[in-house]
Amino acid sequence: MKTISLTIDGKKVTASEGEKVLWAALDNGIYIPNLCALRDASESPAACCLCFVEVEGKSQPVTACTERVEQGMVVNTRSPGALRLARTALELLLASNVVDCAHCPANGSCELQKIAHHLGVKLKTRRFRKLLRELPVDSSSPVFIYDPNKCVLCGRCVWVCRERLGIGVLGFAHRGFERLVTTFADEPIAESRCRECGECVVACPTGALTFKEQ
Amino acid sequence: MIEEQAKVKQQTRRILNRFGRKRENLIPILQKVQGKLGYFPREAMLEIAEFLDMPEIDVYSVVTFYNQFRLIPPGKHSVRVCLGTACHMKGGYIALDAWKRRLDIDRGQTTLDREFDLETVACVGCCVMAPVTVVDDKPQAKVEPTKVDGILLSFKLEKERQGEESR
Repeated sequence: MKTISLTIDGKKVTASEGEKVLWAALDNGIYIPNLCALRDASESPAACCLCFVEVEGKSQPVTACTERVEQGMVVNTRSPGALRLARTALELLLASNVVDCAHCPANGSCELQKIAHHLGVKLKTRRFRKLLRELPVDSSSPVFIYDPNKCVLCGRCVWVCRERLGIGVLGFAHRGFERLVTTFADEPIAESRCRECGECVVACPTGALTFKEQ
Repeated sequence: MIEEQAKVKQQTRRILNRFGRKRENLIPILQKVQGKLGYFPREAMLEIAEFLDMPEIDVYSVVTFYNQFRLIPPGKHSVRVCLGTACHMKGGYIALDAWKRRLDIDRGQTTLDREFDLETVACVGCCVMAPVTVVDDKPQAKVEPTKVDGILLSFKLEKERQGEESR
């Protein structure tokens, strides 16, 4: 694999050809917020809209998870235009998410906390009206708890269950604001074909999927 | 119950036999199956998923995404409340609330006696009559709560008359 060099935030870095800007940055210790991207997935859905960066020569900010590195590329992860987009995307996510960190098992390991800190956004967002779905929590599985109210629809669990493990119990259903990660016919996890491997819990960046305490 | 499930499976399979096992056939298959069954029972969706070799959640995903597909059996009479721009301005939501209250169901549901089902639509092309409700393919003009009562009463009388005739 050919390696090429590029500049990210003024730092000269190298990456293999065809690599996405997001992974090139993360490998070199430069953090870019991201939720929906998975390294072993061939294509990122670019659904979370948090990894916006500016590339010199491009008029609009681009998502780092879909942009391939190029020789001599100059990337700025801290440009005001890109950060403004990412902040709005995060605030919209938080506006329809249960933010109850003190009582959440993911407290401290939650990607939302990390990203909010990085972008300088308060977790209790005031800019948008809070709109919650108030969906029932599924604790039917012996291994984990699924709280759809804390789900950001990144699709990591769906991808892992289906592509990496070939099980395909989880998927997206319903439309618009009602869209959620669920099982066939919205049945409880315990009644589905779930093998309770817990890989989806490992993949979940928020407190939507958490292990039950042993 | 088990008999009914077997019948659903058989009917679904008969439709599936006319299609190739390709993912892109999913929506045409769904349309044909709903055309036959009127809605999607669990067994029908499982049968389709197996035929196309895809996770059953993907079939459920498409069924819940499109407005044209339903998971609840339709009622004998269909009630379609228009919430297009004109009807919205002229009180479409008041009409919808009236239907909900009188039928005691939410949108997308069917009454327990399977007489009526309630759906919303976005414009049926006769905005002069706003707010419109299409009852059994017949557009009803200027639907106010009292008109809802009138329409339901006429169905009730119709049913009583049929009952007497058949006796």
